Amino acid sequence: MGLLSDPNRRRALTSLVTRLNTPLCVLCYLVGVSWFMGLAFEPFMLRTYMSENAMGSTMVEEKFVFGERAISYTREFAGQKKKTGGMPVDWLVKTMKSRGLEVYTQSFSQTLPFPDEVKERYMVRGTNVYGILRAPRGPRTESIVLSAPCSEGNNNNQAVGLLLAIASYFRSQIYWAKDIIFLVNEHDLIGTEAWLEAYHDVNMTGLRSSPMQGRAGAIQAALSLELSSDVITSMDVALEGLNGQLPNLDLVNLFYAFCQKTGVLCTIQGKLQRNDWDTLPGYTHSLSTMLLMVLKQGSGHPQGDHGLFLRYHIEAVTMRGINSFRQYKFDMTTVGKLIEGMFRKLNNLLERFHQSYFFYLMPSLTRFVSIGYYMPAFGFLALILVLRALDLWVQLSDPARALEDGVSEGEQDSSPSLLSLATPVIICHLTGLALYFLPVLSQEMAIQHFPVSETEAVVLTAIAIYVAGLALPHNTHRVLSGAGTERGWRSLKLFSLLYLAVLLGCTTLINFSLGFILAVTMIPVAAFIQPHRSSKVLHGVALILVSPATTLLLSIYLYHELIEYPVSLLECWQHFLTAVSQGILDHHLYGSLLYPLLALFIYPCWLQFWNIVFWK
Amino acid sequence: MAACRLVSWCLTVFTLLFLFCYRITVATDEIEVCTSRFWFNYRHVANTLSVYRSVKRLGIPDSHIVLMLADDMACNHRNPKPATVFSHKNMELNVYGDDVEVDYRGYEVTVENFLRVLTGRFPPSTPRSKRLLSDDRSNILIYMTVPLISNSFCRYNELLFIIDTCQGASMYERFYSPNVMALASSQVGEDSLSHQPDLAIGVHLMDRYTFYLLEFLEDIHPASQANMNDLFKVCPKSLCVSTPGHRIDLFQRNPRSVLITDFFGSVRKVEITTEPVKLIPNISEKDEKLTEEVMLTEPQKYVEQMPVAEIIHQIYFGTFERYWIGKFHGVSRISPEVRISKPYQTILFGGSVYKNSYRRGLSRGE
Repeated sequence: MGLLSDPNRRRALTSLVTRLNTPLCVLCYLVGVSWFMGLAFEPFMLRTYMSENAMGSTMVEEKFVFGERAISYTREFAGQKKKTGGMPVDWLVKTMKSRGLEVYTQSFSQTLPFPDEVKERYMVRGTNVYGILRAPRGPRTESIVLSAPCSEGNNNNQAVGLLLAIASYFRSQIYWAKDIIFLVNEHDLIGTEAWLEAYHDVNMTGLRSSPMQGRAGAIQAALSLELSSDVITSMDVALEGLNGQLPNLDLVNLFYAFCQKTGVLCTIQGKLQRNDWDTLPGYTHSLSTMLLMVLKQGSGHPQGDHGLFLRYHIEAVTMRGINSFRQYKFDMTTVGKLIEGMFRKLNNLLERFHQSYFFYLMPSLTRFVSIGYYMPAFGFLALILVLRALDLWVQLSDPARALEDGVSEGEQDSSPSLLSLATPVIICHLTGLALYFLPVLSQEMAIQHFPVSETEAVVLTAIAIYVAGLALPHNTHRVLSGAGTERGWRSLKLFSLLYLAVLLGCTTLINFSLGFILAVTMIPVAAFIQPHRSSKVLHGVALILVSPATTLLLSIYLYHELIEYPVSLLECWQHFLTAVSQGILDHHLYGSLLYPLLALFIYPCWLQFWNIVFWK
Repeated sequence: MAACRLVSWCLTVFTLLFLFCYRITVATDEIEVCTSRFWFNYRHVANTLSVYRSVKRLGIPDSHIVLMLADDMACNHRNPKPATVFSHKNMELNVYGDDVEVDYRGYEVTVENFLRVLTGRFPPSTPRSKRLLSDDRSNILIYMTVPLISNSFCRYNELLFIIDTCQGASMYERFYSPNVMALASSQVGEDSLSHQPDLAIGVHLMDRYTFYLLEFLEDIHPASQANMNDLFKVCPKSLCVSTPGHRIDLFQRNPRSVLITDFFGSVRKVEITTEPVKLIPNISEKDEKLTEEVMLTEPQKYVEQMPVAEIIHQIYFGTFERYWIGKFHGVSRISPEVRISKPYQTILFGGSVYKNSYRRGLSRGE
């Protein structure tokens, strides 16, 4: 007889599962967490390598020498920007045309759902200027993008200046096989989103824009440049894109290879590489780099203008020039050579990037962890949920056993009705829906009744709904009678555990960092809570500590610790409020999925567990 | 880095039928073939064109050369020096020049066309520049092996194979035809490496084995007495990194007595005689008869696919075709899925009319 159909063997298996359940769960958790921590240990990591044959090595001769020209463009641009008080569209058009590019402009406008206090904007109107360098002998079917944002104040002037100098240099070369688009976008992410939507002729975020007049074929790769000083000490690369999407690893390898060749110091997450991996400080260094990447990827916020390109299957990175207190500085010519080298190699591409990894973690620029290595960490955590669910299933199918374990006596009902199981679930999801829709919709009402600004109104409404959800269990039990049975809470817990497993599994597949952060916090508590009168307070506090909001708060705190800029509790709370408003704005402006996921799925799931704790 | 790239290039060579680079040279008739596509395979075209130049210098005229290039490097958009192909950075030698005659280009370079050239199975409309006009007195040089050329069609006198590819020795291990000598740039399990990059163009220009081979050939002039033993020593392991190998057991003559110019050059023996030579009688009648035949034939329909299966039957009188294809590729690494597609098999039963026309084609043009 088979293993599961033989009743004796089955009983033995199930008794094994129930007896060893807690130790197994604890073991799985420890293995999962230590697996994740071990990923940052250098012997377990792979060295990065270039997978794309067409790009080859860095053997190309860079001849860019026009750093001075870049600086003069910078000064002109800064002057014009001050004069026009925004983006100097006419000057940019004139300059690009005189350099021989085909210049087009695109105007766009977008209304935010509520004013953005961080960037102080509400109704955004802007213009993007882009010049196309046509390949002298090539068909106009493919292109590469170099973009620099036009920011307020004195930021990123050098980026635009260098872009113009590079444009004039590239124009005199004959070896381009793809068109090159030089884009100067206004209002950073919103401008980039407007340009991309118009270029690809889609409308995802309700932006209004003028029709796109000039196109250059399918975009193969994009580079976004951010430079705010005439000289730099290092070049930082930002990878994480919208919803935690990452560019192809080959593009990062290309950047690193050319940094090595030109001698520029390159960093990731603002940290330099260290060689002492076998010491504790070395290990914590790479662990903190990896954790920073996990936190940034988990937030789903694009860390640069490149983040929005990734959605269209255009591999892109943002390169930031950093001017710190180091002694050795690199001038614009070197940065120009770096960009020239990268573009010449991108020019050799025959297809889009597809050879290297799309899912990876980078503890340093030369080491990476691929999806095959980091997924088991999550797998072990998900196993805890499955084990617990099995245990509950066994208990539910064998009522005598349940009575042995359970504290309550008597009340041996038949299995609880579907209504009593479905009611908490539906109510929790309705709360989630309220959390998703109400803050933005009811901001006007909130302003009338309370002396707060719109942003604060939205954020405070969200928090209010969140906290109000905590009071639900007491109310639902008044509505339903006779719902509080042993079997009732066990079935609800079984359903919730499986629901959480499915949710986290799907999230991890798309955005490993977000899934893992939620798993590490929620899974142990979700597995062990029980509605016993004695430990109700303890379980309640534990559950609150792992709620999505608290996880967000703790992540912000951890992030500031890791970038060595620690914050006090009050500042952390301010950052938390900003993060909530930014999350809602990201969702409405760029289609970020963090806020809907948390509001519509994770929060209701967590509320179900809250219901279990207060089960009567 | 170069090795990694070449490993993947080698895998492409073995799995994709149309991406290996080979060259066949006939001593009096020569075929130059390069089937490497894409810009990063610039060096294969440079290899081919360099050897083409060397062989032309040693006396083989363009009318006896069939040149097949699968991709256009000279006019590639990425070439910073358009209309040129460089093989040697320091010498800055443009092997493309302005007197290159390419007979098969781009997508015309296929295995089918290559087999047609080797076996002479052309449709009557094929121009002479696309044919290999060899006979039983021609010496054939093959740069990368297409091992299954038997002598049953009296197509060659002696065969020299030179293979510049990864695991090259595996290509010549399977030969069994007589009068075949083979050289390879690497042994089984080794990779052949590229030689030098050019930073201005941004690609590798040559492969190591070919580079030293060509350096050797630069010293050969039409009256040179260098023999095959010198050719075997062309690229020692210290220069080539891989271990070149050779095979001489199928060759009847002693390699020491075989001159390089027997294969690489067009050396015509001159016999001085004082007696009159009787030419073939009735030559004018025969011409008229031929033209009559041409006029009287009914229009032939060109069958769509090459009757490779028919060749098999004519060569092996019923040998199983998969065996033939296996031999053709010479290495077991070729996936067994690579075989003649269905249309070829149907031509087998196409009828005797077609067979006869091909026979006639053979007797006429040779």
